[in-house]
Amino acid sequence: MKIFDIYVKIRPITANILSSILFVVLIGSYVWTSYSRHQENPADKIMPSISQMYDGLMRSAFEKDARTEEYRLLIDTIASTRRFFISLGIIFIAVILGVTMGVFPYIEYIFLKFVTFFDKIPALALLPILFIVFGLGEVSKIALIVLGVFPTICLDTFLRAKAVSHEQIIKGATLGASNFEIAYRIVLPQIFPQVLDTIRLNFKAIILFLIAGESLAATAGLGYRIFVVRRYLAMDIIIPYVIWMSFLAMLADFIVRFWIKKRYPWIENK
Amino acid sequence: MNESYKNSNASLILTMENVYKSYPVRGGEDKLVLNNINLSVSKGSFISVVGPTGCGKSTMFRLLLGEEPPTSGIVKVNGKIVTKPDRNRGVVFQKYSLFPHLNVIENVSYGLELEEFTIAGRYLNPLKYSAKKKLYREQAMSYLESVGLGESANKFPTELSGGMRQRAAIAQALIMNPEILFMDEPFGALDEGTRLDMQLFLLQLWEKTNMTVFFVTHDLEEALYMGTRVLVLSQYYSSNDGPAKGSKFVIDKSIPGKSPRPPESRYTQEFNKLLAQIRKDGLDPDYKQDIKDFDLSHRLALKGI
Repeated sequence: MKIFDIYVKIRPITANILSSILFVVLIGSYVWTSYSRHQENPADKIMPSISQMYDGLMRSAFEKDARTEEYRLLIDTIASTRRFFISLGIIFIAVILGVTMGVFPYIEYIFLKFVTFFDKIPALALLPILFIVFGLGEVSKIALIVLGVFPTICLDTFLRAKAVSHEQIIKGATLGASNFEIAYRIVLPQIFPQVLDTIRLNFKAIILFLIAGESLAATAGLGYRIFVVRRYLAMDIIIPYVIWMSFLAMLADFIVRFWIKKRYPWIENK
Repeated sequence: MNESYKNSNASLILTMENVYKSYPVRGGEDKLVLNNINLSVSKGSFISVVGPTGCGKSTMFRLLLGEEPPTSGIVKVNGKIVTKPDRNRGVVFQKYSLFPHLNVIENVSYGLELEEFTIAGRYLNPLKYSAKKKLYREQAMSYLESVGLGESANKFPTELSGGMRQRAAIAQALIMNPEILFMDEPFGALDEGTRLDMQLFLLQLWEKTNMTVFFVTHDLEEALYMGTRVLVLSQYYSSNDGPAKGSKFVIDKSIPGKSPRPPESRYTQEFNKLLAQIRKDGLDPDYKQDIKDFDLSHRLALKGI
């Protein structure tokens, strides 16, 4: 069979066509199914047509909400990205803690077991506790994200800091670096691009916890909105929202990857 | 310790006195790695240290840098007891001597910067920092040119060949003007041609700067070609007290001929005779000479160890 040829060289144009096939099939079969459902029942809400979804998106983006006098897509996006960035800020503390643990044995023994313990707790299971303790406000949603991702990032940074060759540390000391300089000016900068990459890969988890938190209690947010309109089977809002969220996640991912490539050229061929 | 040894202290840059090092073994007796090491090194010498695998060269290297304390005994550099690695003892390792996130000139000037500025200092006094930084770069550039890397100043270590990396690492260590330069198999990962180039290069640099070099290698030929004095650290000896426990310096002698020697000197009969002799006495696991019969003829060697 030709398709299982190992040695074949594929031209770029063919490659692009091949990569598009499944998307075309997906969209095509959606449109076709949606069309035939509407033929049977013009009021069908489960599979809105492309134009209905477009309308839904336009209404969310450019029409003021009747009750709150606000553009829903805008305030939802702002609310969710704000939570995302606050969580990221706190997660950077995890990086500093991880490096400190990796370089200083006392700090390692104080924190390692503790952080590992929290890493093992399924964060979502903590959500009821967080709601009870911190109430339904922002704190518990951000606490959920932090509890979910902080230990992972911290442990990952710790392991990378530990793996920095011992020669580097001695070399630093023979060049007059203090212990803190070894930790934050020799170890941290050389693992930082990889740490950024780990954070990038954890965007998915951050967004997951974000949506989980928002779905249960919020007044705005992308996750909140799709769960609210679910009550009215408003697929014409949900699907555009899901696509918008995926786009934002892709954008964040792209920005970090671009930044790593541009800012840390030495990581390329390491 | 005899009188003449004490009197010559002034020119001694490195001494080890009755140094023992042992490591705990789980569920057993401690393993003795270094057994009563005594050494004095005079300023400006080029000391080659060789030894069979597992003789404790790396352990000794760690003691000299101050990464670990000896179990007993004293290590001194320039009269001061060694406690921690510091800016007075430079080091070049076989690998990983350069910081991967800095380019060559940043690597070389980094020591100057680390010495003058604390972590916060760079931000508290940005004007002074940027002025000084320019100065450091100029100084680093002149070191780079002297090791033939002027053209590669802005390259990252991953973009350099093995030989260039070691040149940069040497410049990085020398810019601190260390009291002694420790080298742990610095050319061990290089191919044969580059290795010979680097040997010549290091010898020329040594002659020019008059520095003290402590050069650890597993290659006896390299050791004899490079050094003014050769030391063999070995566990292959016997004594009246039964089988050998831990390594000792079994050979300590001046290498004939003034270093740097011409490259051809390694093909002479004399050189090869010395090579064969030391290989047999010090490095052959099947030939365990009595500890009293070894060649400890260097004037600073401590007899009767």
